[in-house]
Amino acid sequence: MRYVVATALAVAMAALPAHAKVLRYSTNADLLGLDPAINNEGPTNAMKGNLYEGLLYRNFDLSLAPSLATEWSQVNPETWRFKLRPGVKFHDGTPFTAEDVAFSLTRYNHEQADMRGYTATIKEVKIVDPTTIDILTKGPDPILPQQLPLFFIMSKVWAEKNNTTQVVRGTSAPTFINFNANGTGPYKLVERVADNRTVVEPNKDWWGKLDNGITRAEFRPIANAATRVAALLSGEIDLMYPVPSQDKQRINTSKGTKVLEGPELRTIFLGFDQHRAELLDMKGSGKNPFKDKRVREAFYKAIDIQTIARVVMRGESRPTGSMVAPGIAGFSEDVDKRPAFNPDEAKKLLADAGYPNGFAVTLDCPNDRYTNDEAICQAIVPMLTRVGIQIKLNAQTRSLHFDKIGLKENRNTSFYMLGWTPGTFDAHNMLVNIVTMDGPGAGQNNSGVYRNAKVEELTVKAGTEMDPKKRIEMLVEAQKIHKDEYGHIPLHQQTLAWGVRDEIIHDSVKPRPSNDVDLRQIKLK
Amino acid sequence: MFAYIVRRALQSVLVMASVAFVAFALFQYMGDPINQMVAQDATLEQRNALRSVLGLDRPFYVQFLFFLKNLITGNFGFSFRVGTPVAQIIAERLPATLELVIVAAMFALFIGVPAGVYTGLHRHGALSRFMLTVSLIGVSLPTFLIGILLILIFAVLLGWLPSFGRGDVVNIGFWSTGFLTKSGLKALILPAITLGLFQTTLIMRLVRSEMLEVLRADYIKFARARGLTNRAVNFGHALKNTLVPVITIAGLQIGGLIAFAIITETVFQWPGMGFLFITAIQFVDIPVMSTYLVLVALFFVIINLVVDLLYFAVDPRLRVERSVSAH
Repeated sequence: MRYVVATALAVAMAALPAHAKVLRYSTNADLLGLDPAINNEGPTNAMKGNLYEGLLYRNFDLSLAPSLATEWSQVNPETWRFKLRPGVKFHDGTPFTAEDVAFSLTRYNHEQADMRGYTATIKEVKIVDPTTIDILTKGPDPILPQQLPLFFIMSKVWAEKNNTTQVVRGTSAPTFINFNANGTGPYKLVERVADNRTVVEPNKDWWGKLDNGITRAEFRPIANAATRVAALLSGEIDLMYPVPSQDKQRINTSKGTKVLEGPELRTIFLGFDQHRAELLDMKGSGKNPFKDKRVREAFYKAIDIQTIARVVMRGESRPTGSMVAPGIAGFSEDVDKRPAFNPDEAKKLLADAGYPNGFAVTLDCPNDRYTNDEAICQAIVPMLTRVGIQIKLNAQTRSLHFDKIGLKENRNTSFYMLGWTPGTFDAHNMLVNIVTMDGPGAGQNNSGVYRNAKVEELTVKAGTEMDPKKRIEMLVEAQKIHKDEYGHIPLHQQTLAWGVRDEIIHDSVKPRPSNDVDLRQIKLK
Repeated sequence: MFAYIVRRALQSVLVMASVAFVAFALFQYMGDPINQMVAQDATLEQRNALRSVLGLDRPFYVQFLFFLKNLITGNFGFSFRVGTPVAQIIAERLPATLELVIVAAMFALFIGVPAGVYTGLHRHGALSRFMLTVSLIGVSLPTFLIGILLILIFAVLLGWLPSFGRGDVVNIGFWSTGFLTKSGLKALILPAITLGLFQTTLIMRLVRSEMLEVLRADYIKFARARGLTNRAVNFGHALKNTLVPVITIAGLQIGGLIAFAIITETVFQWPGMGFLFITAIQFVDIPVMSTYLVLVALFFVIINLVVDLLYFAVDPRLRVERSVSAH
């Protein structure tokens, strides 16, 4: 009998191709669309990266690797030279040429393209010879290569043939390119049904080597967290994220499934209004206590981050003193150390600053953007009440929150929560957006208008410094000054959690810090 | 009769326009769709450019009038999120919702009516008590919880049925149907039960109480005195007279099923209109939200109209009275 079963099994296994393996994975929302020039959002960019390729590729450890460009160098401070990979073909068979690079760049710079930020410093793409291009920048741009992994190259011939060279949003015609894809990437688009599934299969003509065992991958979004967990437990999907905190134990103790955890790159922090002469909640007083460094220090020291990490985040956060996460260029261990929690000192600092009885202030918080965002703010309220601050919480949905603290309502906030992941994986991006006001493109998300002349200067300089070592020193110095001034209160980086099926997903797979799925970085058993 | 329909149709246009107006007024407080569409480091200038492309920089009454104007010409606009015409998206999603609603309604009728008759006839039977207890669960538990419980039992523990999605569908013209494939039928079961459970219990309790009422009536006693069989009395005389209110309620509930499908569709990732609406809310996708609301209003209006007309067809007394008063 045993022999018969064994034989039957052997026959059954022989009948299947040894490597026919489908990966079914899921997250909470569908891709926004496939047009490389718009839809700038994590999981969407990751799917675009399966289908398309940039000149460069970002490895799991965030370092850069050759992709459509095999080597790159700087010819002069304003010119980067790229050697293009020969013999590459798009999925439809058209050969990849330097023309395609120039075309894609122009398209990225279209006024309706969200991705134009990544190519904003580019002045021109010059075709030197069929396999060499020069990218000329407006002034020296040391971090240009960091932007290129998201600069996906499209086929010019294909775009023209399908009448989809323009970037179109919202109101006019539907765009062909948002539902179809023709890249050079390791995976080809097989099927896409919005809000339902996106199916890809390996590109057999890809120049690189795929040995991750995936013969077909199905992305199937499931909005409801409980259903997503159930689908993993019942074996209908093999990998899903995010895992709700309360379901981790269940997934770990169920047979065949487990949770993989890793650090995320986003830093959650609080910011103060440091520009109004009078705080919004202190009408008639003519005072803005946050202009006083001692008050900011008191707020910082009144917040018990370890308790937040333990109770609110259930251990799923990494308390930090830095505005950027480990792994981001410019992260410093030194800056990461937080001044100790000390409510007594906080009280004393407030008294010294002339507020022995505190003052009134509103904390603006999103309630559906970051992990436990509202709960974190709710925990902070009593901590600040304890040192005498009359604090009010205003937690609301993300679109309203970002309108209020953003430029739309003219930074209508005194004290707010925000999270930031530097899109370039470089602290300079954080400094420009969050901590400075004066440099090119600066201050978009500096909702409290923190300003320090030295930090401004260092940030502008680091933007054009071509010596990597010197540049990092500048970034760290700027962050140190900002930290010593208690410019913001960094809270923590979230931990991310993926649920996987043991028998399908290889043990070497780890969740990406950017919390999305790059199929090249997944391996099946 | 014709004048009546015309009058009702004109009223419905007014109802739909008011729904659209109220919806548009509310959208002003939902936050800025631009935030969802651009990257977090997009500049103010980029945001404003997109805002004016989408026409969001205009005051809301102007946006509303444009929406009305487009609506009249049959143009529902483009979804901010998906980037395709709203009419096309809704046409893609409508079959999923309608199939789910039809199956749920069938489930409610074919379980609810016999169960109601049974519990009406055997008031003290053990099975009746069991059914009444179960129906209490159906009435009192919220839909999403029933859905999750069913998923837990039939998908996770037993592994019989899928926990999400619609399975494979077959396209017949513009209509995508899940009725023709095995996985499509399997995928229908749990969402249809979840959606239909409340209606099932409602119909069952309604039929039961109507039966109890009717069984006491004189003509039932006469029927029994005439020596008719139990079957003829119970089904031929009693049930027939209970069905008028049941049909009315069931008709009205179909509108409710379409509207309540939002929750069921979210739990089961069912690619229908309700799910589309929820994602549209999260994304502040104004064209989709407004079109959906107007469409649901239209469904309610049509169903109400049909139910009203059914009164004429079902109840002869109504027709007589109207024709008399008309003269």
